[in-house]
Amino acid sequence: MPDSTPHPSPLELSSPDKTFLDSNELILNMGPQHPATHGVLRVILKLDGEKVLGVECVIGYLHRGVEKIGENRTYAMFNPYVDRMDYVAAVSNGLGYCETVEKLLQIEAPPRANYIRVILTELNRLASHMLWLGTHALDIGAMTPLFYTFRDREEILKIFEKYCGARLTTHAFRIGGCLYETYDGFERDVKKFIDFVPPKIDEYEELLTSNRIWVERTKNVGKISAADCKALGVTGPVLRASGVKWDIRKALPYAAYPDFDFEIPVGANGDTYDRYLVRMQEMRQSLRIIRQAVEGLPEGPIMAKVPKVMKPPAGEVYHSIEAPKGELGYFIVSDGSTQPYRVRVRPPSFVNLQALDLMVRGQLVADVIAVIGTLDIVLGEVDR
Amino acid sequence: MSEETKSPPPGSAGEPKPAGRPWVSPLVTKLKTRYGSGVFEASTCLGQNCLVLDSSITHEILNILSEEEEFDYCVDITAVHYPKREKPFDLVWILYSFPRNQRLRVKTMLAEQESFPSSIPIWSGTNWLEREVYDMFGIRFDGHPDLRRILLPEDWKGYPLRKDYGIIEQDQEWVQANLGIESGQ
Amino acid sequence: MLDYVTSYLSSNTTPGQAGNLVWALIYILIVFGGVSVAVMAMNWLERKALAHFQIRLGPMRVGPHGLLQPIADAIKLLTKEDIIPERADRLVFWIAPLIILCASFAVYVVIPFGPTHAITDLNIGILFMLGVSSLSVLGVVMAGWASNSHYPLIGSLRSSAQMISYEVAMGLAVVSAILMTSLNPSGTGTLSMIGIVEAQQRQQIWYLFKFFPLGFIAFAIFAIAMVAETNRAPFDLPEAESELTAGFHTEYSGLRWSLFMLGEYAAMIAVSSIAVTLWLGGWLRPFPNALTGATWDLAFSLFPGFLFLILAAVAWVGVIRMPKHPYFRVQTLGLAGFGVVLGLIGLVLFVPPVRDRIQDIFWFTAKVAFFMYMYIWYRATFPRYRFDQLMRVGWKVLLPISLAVLIGTAVAGVVL
Repeated sequence: MPDSTPHPSPLELSSPDKTFLDSNELILNMGPQHPATHGVLRVILKLDGEKVLGVECVIGYLHRGVEKIGENRTYAMFNPYVDRMDYVAAVSNGLGYCETVEKLLQIEAPPRANYIRVILTELNRLASHMLWLGTHALDIGAMTPLFYTFRDREEILKIFEKYCGARLTTHAFRIGGCLYETYDGFERDVKKFIDFVPPKIDEYEELLTSNRIWVERTKNVGKISAADCKALGVTGPVLRASGVKWDIRKALPYAAYPDFDFEIPVGANGDTYDRYLVRMQEMRQSLRIIRQAVEGLPEGPIMAKVPKVMKPPAGEVYHSIEAPKGELGYFIVSDGSTQPYRVRVRPPSFVNLQALDLMVRGQLVADVIAVIGTLDIVLGEVDR
Repeated sequence: MSEETKSPPPGSAGEPKPAGRPWVSPLVTKLKTRYGSGVFEASTCLGQNCLVLDSSITHEILNILSEEEEFDYCVDITAVHYPKREKPFDLVWILYSFPRNQRLRVKTMLAEQESFPSSIPIWSGTNWLEREVYDMFGIRFDGHPDLRRILLPEDWKGYPLRKDYGIIEQDQEWVQANLGIESGQ
Repeated sequence: MLDYVTSYLSSNTTPGQAGNLVWALIYILIVFGGVSVAVMAMNWLERKALAHFQIRLGPMRVGPHGLLQPIADAIKLLTKEDIIPERADRLVFWIAPLIILCASFAVYVVIPFGPTHAITDLNIGILFMLGVSSLSVLGVVMAGWASNSHYPLIGSLRSSAQMISYEVAMGLAVVSAILMTSLNPSGTGTLSMIGIVEAQQRQQIWYLFKFFPLGFIAFAIFAIAMVAETNRAPFDLPEAESELTAGFHTEYSGLRWSLFMLGEYAAMIAVSSIAVTLWLGGWLRPFPNALTGATWDLAFSLFPGFLFLILAAVAWVGVIRMPKHPYFRVQTLGLAGFGVVLGLIGLVLFVPPVRDRIQDIFWFTAKVAFFMYMYIWYRATFPRYRFDQLMRVGWKVLLPISLAVLIGTAVAGVVL
């Protein structure tokens, strides 16, 4: 069983009575406002010269009390709140919540709704990975991929806007299915997009994958082993890059994923370069899923028979989906009334961020930025 | 999972009473033979397996689950507050086993000031999860190296996710002292 | 008075060599003015080119297509509040940008724009350039120290370590080029900038192609080292915003910061001039020996004029495509005027006396402009090197290769 002895807080200097000029240790603060921390995250580094001895993350700057709010809203009213957690991949959040409540209500969304859900969720996965790629490259110094990925992400956001009116916090799904039928030209737009994007992904790969500066900045940086990942609870591309071929879409399938044929990219070393490759491959696999879904979109209703006033029978359920960042889980306890008794969101970014300390020990200061970028955290999800 | 069982803990009004079926498996048999009445309930509800345990043996059973039964990934730790119950806190672990592709929910009941041994020696990823439970509910974990608030400021008073903490309640003292405003509302 | 002017125009040396103080001063003013204008143009070009690489437009509002943006930036920086940290060392804080500026500008006295178009021609020209441009390291360290804050201090130490490391490789690459100047009957080479270009002319080959691939590798080493010398991407870790230490110029604002930027761009142009002089044949027109003859000379001499006419045409295309909205009237007029000015310059450049005199300056400037564009291209494309990788490249990769090239050049010079 993988252990770890809990390590003491890194904030104590080994010999606290010396000033920073005497000892070699330095406590450096990457404050809540920093261009490279992807949100309001405070990282306190304990350095020995350039080497990082330990890292402490201070979070909570974006805590909005979403779980408490959940106890005071009805099930349907709470739906828009979940988009605001991982605001980059809002559609996935909505999917997880709707499916969890559907489990409580013991209803199933009709097949057409499931296909639409899969298409939108995979488009959102693409958008999230594109944003990740742009910002990660920017942190490492390559400014140009950011603009290219944002330009292509625009196409996805246009599809979302045409579908449900919102680009970012979409509130696309409802409990029981989808509210909106696909608009005229939805399939055509999505097909056009699927043809438009693969050369763009090739373009990003061309700029970065074999660029020796990129390789040197990302290879062997932020290594984490599979055993450590499992012990820490790290999931998503980080886990897959460490060699564990595990994806909830295949292990515990949900929505319409059993109907589709796709692969799970796996890395070998668990370093930043492998996480980059895994995410690039995931983008291509997402395109594959979308193509299959659009071509096989069944006819039928898009909403199941859901009572107007939703009072799920008392009980509790845990359901998770494979969000772009990792395992996004919802644990909902119902007491039979219209409002949930407890809504717990298991955020992938929160659990993944714990691994930061382990990943940067012994590396250099410039690598901390690269590793924060490669973990792909969204502070809205970390803090809720 | 029914709280209305005659054996401890005592049930109380307003408890969720889902329709669950008893869960029969070698794991359950093993635990029941070893711990007997400590295992209050083992049920399958809505397709999910759940174990309800007595708080004194839960730590050992978590160890067993991790070492012997290959539940190597602790997905989540959370708590639920039932203020009218004698033991108001439900502490819930959600575990997953990679080799077996199985998910399991383990629950125990805690009294008001009762603390619980930390699961960090079993799964190191429970560090922040336990800190969050402490932050939101006030449940202390023995043996946690750094048990302090994680999402709220360090000197915040009150545990927000308890049912007796209002939805628009705030630690006014902290807000006035640190933000210089009368109230955040 | 007129004799004075005509006597100069028909002389054959640089003002410094001729000991002519007045003309030297005039040349200095022209060169420094030109460099200042070049720095402003480079600022505009960088923003526009970088934007176009990133599929956006760049400055478009201040003046037509953002042409007046550098002026707006300069005015803004001049009118900013001058903030000096409370416990900073005031004298050193004030001197540091001046040292960098003076070091970067002082090297322009030997840069040869033509056989007689330089302020002076020291017979140790290249040594002077390398030595004086290294003095800017001092300014960098002073800036970091005077700021009295440990982030700029760490940044300036890193920056100075980087600059010093890459100077070694630069120096060795320069030496191998100098060696090639000694391949003449008398067996002595020259360190004078004008002499190096004349040696290339005599030997009828740009040193870029001499003893292929040795000359090319030496050039490549110098091209990489000069990017690191000037703290530009991909070697700009010490001054990048997304890293922790934001560089030695963190505490500088307003005019002082703009002096740093001025010094940086001037240093870029200066080291590019070294590269052009040593390997790319300085002021020589392309293919001086492959395409000889009066017609080719004429064709190449018409090139500057045509270039300016093409630029004027591009400006006029921009004028035609301007939106027909009263808001844009001033911009359209401005761009049209700019186009007219470019066209007039082009026409003037066709006049034979002007044509002959302007050839050298034009080709030299065109080659330096190519390097400037490459700087911008590197910045748009490459991620940043981490500091330890940067030092490794400087010491473990470039230095051995440059030593090998030096030895190879020496052997080739003796054997071939």
